[in-house]
This record gives sequence, structure tokens and C-alpha cells, in this order.
Amino acid sequence: MYKYVGKDVKRVDGLDKVTGYTKYVDDIKMPGMLYAKIKKSPYAHAKIRKIDTSKAEALEGVKAVITGADVPNRVGLYLEDKTFLATDKVRFIGEPVAAVAAVTPEIAEQAVELIEVEYEELPSVFTAMDAIKPDAPLVHENLGEYYHGPIFFPKPGTNISNHYKIRKGDVEKGFAEADYIMENEFYVPHIQHAPIENHSVIALTEPSGKVTVWSACQSPYAVRKALSVAFNLPLHKVRVISPAVGGGFGGKAGTTLEGITIPLSQKCVGKPVKLTFTREEDMICSFVRQGCLARIKTGVKKDGRIVAEENTFYWEGGAYTEYGVNISRAGGYASTGPYDIPNVKADSYCVYTNQPVGGPYRGFGMSEIHFAIEQNLDMVATQMGMDPVEFRKINAIKEGGHTVTGQQLYNVGITKCIEAVEKDIEWGKKSEPSGPNKVRGKGIACMYKAPSMPNNVASSAVIKINEDGTANLLVTAMDIGQGSNTVLAQIAAEELTIPVEKISVVTGDTDITPYEWQTVASRITYCAGNAVKKAAQDAKEQMLKLASIALGLPAEYLEFKDEHVVSKIYPDRKISIASLALGLEMPDGSGVHGPIIGRGSFIPPNVRNTDKETGQGDKPVAFWTFGAQAVEIEIDTETGQIEVIKVAAAYDVGKAINPQLCKAQIEGGIVQGIGSALLEQQIMDKGRVLNPNFVDYKIPAVSDAPEMIVRIVEVPEETGPYGARGVGEPAMVPTAPAIANAVYDALGIRINSLPLSAEKVLKAIKDSQK
Amino acid sequence: MKHSISFTINGEKVHLEVEPHKTLLNMIREDLNLTGAKEGCGAGECGSCTVIVDGKAVNSCMMLAVEADGKEIITVEGLAKNGVLDALQESFINNAALQCGYCTPGMLMSAKALLMRNPKPSEEEIKEAIAGNLCRCTGYKVIVDAIKEAAEKNN
Ligand code: FES
Ligand code: FES
Repeated sequence: MYKYVGKDVKRVDGLDKVTGYTKYVDDIKMPGMLYAKIKKSPYAHAKIRKIDTSKAEALEGVKAVITGADVPNRVGLYLEDKTFLATDKVRFIGEPVAAVAAVTPEIAEQAVELIEVEYEELPSVFTAMDAIKPDAPLVHENLGEYYHGPIFFPKPGTNISNHYKIRKGDVEKGFAEADYIMENEFYVPHIQHAPIENHSVIALTEPSGKVTVWSACQSPYAVRKALSVAFNLPLHKVRVISPAVGGGFGGKAGTTLEGITIPLSQKCVGKPVKLTFTREEDMICSFVRQGCLARIKTGVKKDGRIVAEENTFYWEGGAYTEYGVNISRAGGYASTGPYDIPNVKADSYCVYTNQPVGGPYRGFGMSEIHFAIEQNLDMVATQMGMDPVEFRKINAIKEGGHTVTGQQLYNVGITKCIEAVEKDIEWGKKSEPSGPNKVRGKGIACMYKAPSMPNNVASSAVIKINEDGTANLLVTAMDIGQGSNTVLAQIAAEELTIPVEKISVVTGDTDITPYEWQTVASRITYCAGNAVKKAAQDAKEQMLKLASIALGLPAEYLEFKDEHVVSKIYPDRKISIASLALGLEMPDGSGVHGPIIGRGSFIPPNVRNTDKETGQGDKPVAFWTFGAQAVEIEIDTETGQIEVIKVAAAYDVGKAINPQLCKAQIEGGIVQGIGSALLEQQIMDKGRVLNPNFVDYKIPAVSDAPEMIVRIVEVPEETGPYGARGVGEPAMVPTAPAIANAVYDALGIRINSLPLSAEKVLKAIKDSQK
Repeated sequence: MKHSISFTINGEKVHLEVEPHKTLLNMIREDLNLTGAKEGCGAGECGSCTVIVDGKAVNSCMMLAVEADGKEIITVEGLAKNGVLDALQESFINNAALQCGYCTPGMLMSAKALLMRNPKPSEEEIKEAIAGNLCRCTGYKVIVDAIKEAAEKNN
């Protein structure tokens, strides 16, 4: 029934990308451009005694040198705890303390070497458990003075920057009723986003003081806001342009290098300053996925119903948790996974440590907590002699069931997802290993996720109808690879009845494209999609009025069809969109209305705060996306190597606007999930990253990709455009726990921490034989 | 001291003076303004800088510009001929074998070098050819499918 929605429309950015034409930030060259480099802290925690930049400034070709004194304002999206350069002290190894702009990158590098910094080392903390001890050194002594959003609860005088609580039902009573209780501890280490494009920003200050940045960024408006606070500039004097993003995964969601390039450019007005991170810098100095220690206690009745759950999460937030506090919040309000459990107590703590800065990472909070929840579930099922699939079906949230915050849900597709993967992986059927010393196993895990965002985040879209019947769609939703330009064009096309190829999508320029909060949280198809739909409807209403005059028919007898406004009764009476684009020409030669410009604004409806003490609330999030994955693996018992043979995935996306791109998201997520499951870990020694390169920090290559069977379930979300929900992040969440559960199926061994490296698996096999 | 070198790139003859330590990647990007090839690591670990030199896919971040003397180079900008896309470019679009697109030029050039020397590669040969090309977005399956499809068209 739809013409463009639900169709495999080819990517609108495909041609520019396959021809190498797309210009990413580092591809942009401007006349008179200067190059920046940063001076980094060698200490995990130290007072800055003195910085001497005189030698660097004296070097020929150096145009500007800055230190923390030049950027003293504290900024942060949810908690204003960071400065762009360290001021009083450094809090992690690799923290920028000074920066240089010079005529070549080589000179900038030399100048950085000439900057002398005197430090006084301070005691450091490297794990959440150490950092919450009463006598732990404080990473932020002034936490109590930091501005933060009202939904966060820092504890001044400690390293805890947020404590999110859930108190639902009576957890004591729940455990008392339980026939089985299972309690375990799990750990997920820090990992890297590792987009193939390193961070890159160019900043230019004009004589008027207006600042423009070209930044590989997911969230131009959120970045603009932070920069305006940091540099005391009104918003109209900050312009953020995001030309193209070479992979984000959350790592490019907040401010990155803008805060360093801007002050440099302010010292060389009229000259653009570019800073591009090396891979090593990208792996040390930019956001990482924070580590998480999880304690899960599950209480179950004989019939398989979970009656109580008590979960505690300690997030190793790193040196600054301006974004991390929201990850701990998400971990809290989703703390039981996609199951209906009457009695829950959960505590989620965001903890400062002297480690790289934790930030949003694809599905933040969810991959970490589900690794723990989904394994503990299997462990109790095993104890009870119950099938893991059956056990999940019993407890999965049903129609009218409740989440952990007490929200009642309808249109829930989780059971369909479980059934789909059960079938596709041939659950219960053992297949033959490929050789001696090889064993096979199957595992399943479920997930749910809501967009982790403040309640009232806004989106908008503008559609300009051109006089030849084509259209320009302006949004600040960023196509970071997920395909939003294509999907949003499809939505506009569907509403306007203008073909996708006649719509050109313009994104990412805060002086031109309208407001979008951020491209994160799998919210763009839903939020920006709704805004685009409304903008198209607004344009249509304007055109309907004009067509009604032109055709002499009441608007309710008219409809849009194939680029025309057409009479529902006499289809030959019609007028083209093209001829209405600039307004209507009347028989006497006069004109009315003027150009058609559609405006659409959207805020997710009725999303409300939860109670501070209990975490309970009827609608704390815009929507939930549910999914399941089942895997088959083979383990080489002589090397410990795991090979993922097959992954079956099913997600309830409500409505796939573009099934091909939707599947592509899920496949990409599965393989990223495999990376986190088997390969990836930021190895640290006292805060020093030991593997900041792709040789020692391996991400999946083509040989790591398994056979993938992806199923799209469509139970419409009432508030989504055409019923759509987000899926980009959910795609990677269940992969790691499903693999861990398959390891148990194959070997009878539980491994409670990631990654499931060959070394770790082999050691576990050997230990089990002792 | 600069070296004077001559080579062919995307069918055009070029003469340049280059510093001895300059990489081929930097020369292509900075001196010739061909920014399709990307620097993802600068250390031979990601393949995003892949170009074709005398028929072979090379990591241009690991080759010195001076070594290009007398060679024939193809970059992603040279794949389409007279506005007609190469079969690989077509199949990458058709199969949604790209997302953010940052690995795509390198991926295409590794695939192109493979098809130039072996027009009918097996799946294993395809995987081998792109073993050094990292993609964080796609999960690779669609990329392998796209290369297969282009190879089929070739024949
Ligand atoms: S940039 Fe050359 S291999 Fe990564
Ligand atoms: S498409 Fe983004 S890295 Fe391959």
C-alpha cells in the first residue's frame, strides 16, 4: 500500500561514496590552513604545577599555542565536569594539556615537544570498586559544584557521579517466595568505537568573532550548544557543519576536537585550523565504552516465573562522566532486560576513575547489562533443568506487561523474535563439529532498548518544494552510515508522492538545517522521521488549499497522487505540485500564497520523569525495541579459539522503512557484537592504554563474519512514523551474551567476563580439567 | 632534497617533485587532491588507503611517493570511465555494501585488483583479497556479495 516506504530504495549517498567524491573533514583543504597538534598528559592523575610554552611559541612557523588557561569554562552534555584542556590537574593518561597551531603538521609536532609541563603526581584509582572506597582519592573534588541535569544524582565528596535507583514491588518478599536463586558477578571491559575515520575538526574564526567548525560529528546542535557555553559565544555566532561522518557509533556524539581547534583559531583570526587525530590518539584520547562490573541476583519459582531480581552495576566512567552519567541511568531503567519481573531492586553507579573517558557507544549500557542478565538467566535455567528458550518465553514481557519502571507496554514483539531465532538456528538440534578437538554449542540471548535521551528532545525538518516539482529536505539528522538520508527521503517521498530521486537531502549545518537534538540512541528514523512526515504534511496542507482554489473543489475531495493534487471523484481534474510550488497564479495574472515550505517539529509524546527514589514511572522513554539472537559456535579445544558459525537475529522494528538498509544495520551490529565478544578490550596498565593500534586491538575482519540470518518482525509502534522503531544499536546488544551462553552449551563452562579470547577459553578448559 | 618522479595516475601522466619521506598516500591526497584514498591508521593495518599500483593493491600509507616513479596507479577516482560506473561500484550500491563509506574506496580498490588478475574468484579468494580491509559498519557479508555480483557481471 506504500509506494516508497517499505521498499529497498538504494542509498541516496551511494554514488558519492563509491566514487570517492564524498568529502570527510580530513579531505577538506582550505587556503591558509594551519595544522594543530596536542600535548598529552603522561600521568593518570597529577596536579599541573607549571606550563612553559615559550620555546614552542618561538619556533618558526608556530602561529598559536594554548593551555587550559585559554579554555577555563566547564562543559558537558549532562554534567558539566570537563574542560577541553586540563586546567588545574590531569585525570587520565593522554588528557590534552596544551595545543599548537602551525603552518605544517610537522612544525606543530615539534612545537608540542618543546612545551614543558611540570606535574605533581597524585594517587590514582583504576577500578570502580577501588574508586567507591571511602578513602579513595577523589578524581573530582568539586563534584558538588558542577551543573547537571535534574535526572542525575551525583554524590559530592565521592567518586560517584550518578546513582540511579529502581525500587519496584518488594524484593525481599520476592526472594522469599523464590524456589531458586542465582547470584553472579560479570565484567565487561573498556572497548573502542574504532570507526575507520579518526576524529577530525577544522575551526575558523571570522573577524566578527563568529566561529565555524567543520566537524565529523553526529550532533551538530548539541555540539553548538556546548561550544557556546565553553567560549561565551551566543548561539548565532557558532556554526557547526558536519560534512560527512566516517563512522560514529556514539564516539562522535558529543564534542570532540572543536574545543581545542576553536581557541587556536581565535588566536589566528581568518585562518582555518585543522586537527586530525592519529589512530593512536583516537584510541586513547577520545571516548571509549566504559567498563562495567555487574552483580545479578535472580529469584525464580518452580514454574519458571522470575519473581525477584536484584542488580547492581558499577560503571568505570573514566576521568570525566559528562556523558557517562546517562549511560548509568540507561543501565538502571533497563536493569532487568526484556522481562516482566514484579519485584526489583537495582542500583546503577557511575564512578570516576583515572582512565580514558567513557562515552556513548552503540547501544550504550545495554550491551553491558545484557551480557550479565542473559547469562545469569541461563545459569538459573540450567539449575532448574529448564530450556533457555522456554524460560525466556515464560518471562518475556507480554501484551499489557510491565517494564522495570512499571511502564505498561502494548505492541510487544519479543516473543515473535524469540520464536524466529529458535527456528532459524534449529534450536535443540546438535550439528557435527568440523573435526576432532572441536566442539559445538548453541546459545540464545534477548534484549530490549529504549532511546536513552532526555524526555523532551526535539527534532525538526523543512521541506522546500521547487518550481519543477522537485524538493529539498533539510534536516540535521546525520547520516553516519545508518542510511538516514535515504530513509528520510523515502518518508518525504511517500507523503508528497514525489519520487525519492527528485528529493535532495541537505544535512548538518546549524546555520541552514533546522534543529535536531542528536543523532544517537537509534532515534533518528523515529524522531526525525516523524518531523519529516509532519513537514511533508504541512507542505501538503498548503498545496491543498491552493489546489482547492485552482480546481474549484473542496479540499476534502482532493488527494495527492503521483506528484499531483487530484480530485478523488474526477481523477482527470488535477494540478501538478510543480505548478503550486511558488504559490498559485490566478486567472487575472495575480498570485497568492508564495513558495511552499513545509515545517515539521516533533518531541516524543508524554515522556515523563521517573520517581527519584523508586525509579518508577509510566512512560520514562519514547519506545522500546525488542530483539533476540541465537548463535551456533565451534570451539577448538586445543587452542581455545571460538568460531561463530551462524547467527540468527530477529528484531521488532515496528516497520522497516527500508528493509535492505535495516538488515544491513543488523548485520553490521552482529559483527561489531562479535568483535566485543571475542576480540576487543582496551588493555590498560595503571591507566596506560597498551594496545592503541589495530595490530594489538583487533576489530573483526572479513574472516570473522559468520553466516547471518536476519528476520524483521513488524509489530507497529503507535507513535512511530508508519509504525517504525529504531534498531541501529539493538543490533549488537545480544551477540556477546548469546555467544557466552553457547560456550556453556559446548563446554559446560561459564566465562563471566569479556572478551572470550582464545587464551581465556583455553585457560578455562584447562582449569575445568583439574 | 626533493626527488623528481613521473608516473601515470588514473590514465594521466604526472610529473612531480616530492620529499623523500613523503608517503604515496600523502602525495595522492595532498599534491594531487585525490582524497578518495583515506588514512585510517597510517600503519598498514586498515586498508582504507588502498590504491592499485601496477595491477596490485597496495596500502599507500606504507609506500613512499618516490617509489611511484615509472608506475601506473589507479585510485577510486579512476574507477568510473566517462561517467559510467565500474561493475563493482554498481554492485556496492545495489547490495548496500557501504554505510559510512570510509572504507569503501579501499575496499573497492582491493576488489578491483582481485578482479583484474582473477575475473572469476571463489568466495575464499574474495575474502583473502579484502582480508586487510577493515570495515566497522557493514559486517562484510554484503561486501563479499557485492564483489561476487560484480565478478559474475564481468563474465
Ligand atoms: S591507512 Fe594505510 S593501512 Fe590504514
Ligand atoms: S562502511 Fe563504514 S567502515 Fe565500511
